[in-house]
Amino acid sequence: MKTRRYGMVIDLDRCTGCGGCMVACAAENNVPPSSPRATVRTGLTPMRVQPVSNGAAGAARREVFMPLMCMQCEHETPCVSVCPQQAVEVDKATGIVTQMPQRCLGCRYCMTACPYHARYFNWQDPEWPAGMEHSLNPGVATRMRGVVEKCNLCHARLHSAEDKAAARKTSEIDPGDYVPACVASCPTNAILFGDLADPGSAVAQAAKSPQSFRLLEKLGTEPKVHYRSNRPWVRALADGRPGATQEVQRG
Amino acid sequence: MASVAVPDRQWIARGVERTSASRFATLLAPWFLLLAFGLYSAYLCLRYGLNQTNMDNRFPFGLWIFLDLAIIALGAGAFFTGFLVYILKMKELKPVLNTAVVVGFICYSGAVGILGIDVGQPLRSWFTFWHPNTHSMLTEVCFCITCYLVVLLLEYIPVLLRNRQLRRVPSFLIFEHRFHMLVPVLAGVGTLLSFFHQGSLGGLYGVLRGRPFAFREGFAIWPSTFFLFILSAIAAGPSFLLLISSLVEKITARRLVDTAVLRRLGFISGILTAVYVVAKSVDTLEWLNVTSPALGFAPWEHYAYKPFGTWLMLAEIVLFGLVPAGMLLHPKTASRRGWLIAGAGLVCCGILLNRFTMTIQTLALPTLAFDEFLSYVPSWQEVASFGAVIAYGVIVYSVSYRYLPLFPREKKEVNHVSGR
Repeated sequence: MKTRRYGMVIDLDRCTGCGGCMVACAAENNVPPSSPRATVRTGLTPMRVQPVSNGAAGAARREVFMPLMCMQCEHETPCVSVCPQQAVEVDKATGIVTQMPQRCLGCRYCMTACPYHARYFNWQDPEWPAGMEHSLNPGVATRMRGVVEKCNLCHARLHSAEDKAAARKTSEIDPGDYVPACVASCPTNAILFGDLADPGSAVAQAAKSPQSFRLLEKLGTEPKVHYRSNRPWVRALADGRPGATQEVQRG
Repeated sequence: MASVAVPDRQWIARGVERTSASRFATLLAPWFLLLAFGLYSAYLCLRYGLNQTNMDNRFPFGLWIFLDLAIIALGAGAFFTGFLVYILKMKELKPVLNTAVVVGFICYSGAVGILGIDVGQPLRSWFTFWHPNTHSMLTEVCFCITCYLVVLLLEYIPVLLRNRQLRRVPSFLIFEHRFHMLVPVLAGVGTLLSFFHQGSLGGLYGVLRGRPFAFREGFAIWPSTFFLFILSAIAAGPSFLLLISSLVEKITARRLVDTAVLRRLGFISGILTAVYVVAKSVDTLEWLNVTSPALGFAPWEHYAYKPFGTWLMLAEIVLFGLVPAGMLLHPKTASRRGWLIAGAGLVCCGILLNRFTMTIQTLALPTLAFDEFLSYVPSWQEVASFGAVIAYGVIVYSVSYRYLPLFPREKKEVNHVSGR
């Protein structure tokens, strides 16, 4: 089987901030409804859409919605080397950074290591209102309190696509069979998903566009989630000074 | 044969004075209350989860990790004194060896206890030994701290067996005598284990490429923080021992350790603190001028958010480094107990500040352009749980002091400080 490198290019000029991707992600991955005691900083949002402004006021103010999730770092993946019990690894076949909640100690060292704050700890016991358990996705294990989780590019969908390929007696999966929930749900087709290692794929070509960028590329971790925008100030967010936009907002 | 029916006085070594059992119990009562309250807080965290704390997804480490790192560094006096006495043959430090073992045991067992609450799935702790990630600094920390806690427990046994009643059991006496021959070996093993875990605790932060405030280049697989943490721990260990010994002297109103021994501890701590200050300064300059810019972060960005200004870095290096090193080394100040104690106190405060900035400042600073600078205030459950560790330490040390010969000099002469 050829080595794949799954990644995304998110067109920020298309994103309307509807949050559909967040809902689809939660439904697909059995993310429990937010606990009444959860806060913005203790919730579970493996995919979150953050409004980001240029920091200016009045007519000069500009905003963009930034969908944020695990960036699937390829090189020196910060969270992989730190985990004391090998609960995190980069899948050699797909390049997906996987998290094994069943082995997670809950030490949160990986969360400290992640510069994108893309990892979430289950601070609360997961609870579903009566009857809602029928909506659970049987292909995805629920996570217990005290473990870390994150976006794994809808691993259950990958497994399903691999099963379909196996039924066809081939190891090559059909790209149409493996589309993460956030990608499938986006009403504006803002998220392009595919194999970055396939130079002919739309996602690989979009990633090479001069309008494409990656967050904190300067760290050298080779994230596989790319963004694109025609607006220079949005592209400047990639390696901008930490906290720059928040600072301007605060004056 | 010793039994529980033996009166309390009979458990106390001959020739030493101790307060009555009832007064001792009264003095310890508030600490037992604090311990009980802390255990209740720990129960809440274990029963209902870490939502009882004020940690969150952006502040995944908090008060517990900061103080764990600090007490593990302060407890370094145990292995380092063992190393000095048994490996470097500095026999003059033998009078504080027992106290060093007890203090080390308290610090390490307390830290491990808190870690047991701090992880989300404490029952999975054994996974680290079953599925170890050999690339993780935390794996090394887990292995070495666990092994070293066993070493400390073994080192504590001979001290325990010197209790007046336990010595009356012939088999205990023989065991203690034979076991004592193993102590130099344990000191060597303890030194090796401690060097690695003290260093790996520094390495925990130094390897964080995604946290430019903490990330450091280094030697081979070890970032510079690996070596700085070892150096700072062995500098602070003797100072903490000096502080504890002086505190016990103050509380008991007795001279328990010769001034010469304290001066020796202060001198060792002073020398190592001076070396640490030089190493830390060189490392800071290298980080500000080379490592951080290479990652694309301007040095001043790390100090742009108040209260974490450059004053904190300067305080760590000058006020809690250079100044106490001078106090502990200068003949005039080092010859006076008050200055010695003040110098040792400043060194210990320096360790606290260093572990605080490495844990809290690292997490508070933004990394992305649209990140916020974050603050974190520990919950009462976090504070109380750590209060239990302090209470546990006071109780274990007090009971050890009462029933075990921690200070050999005490038996020889019982003098009141006021009488000198």
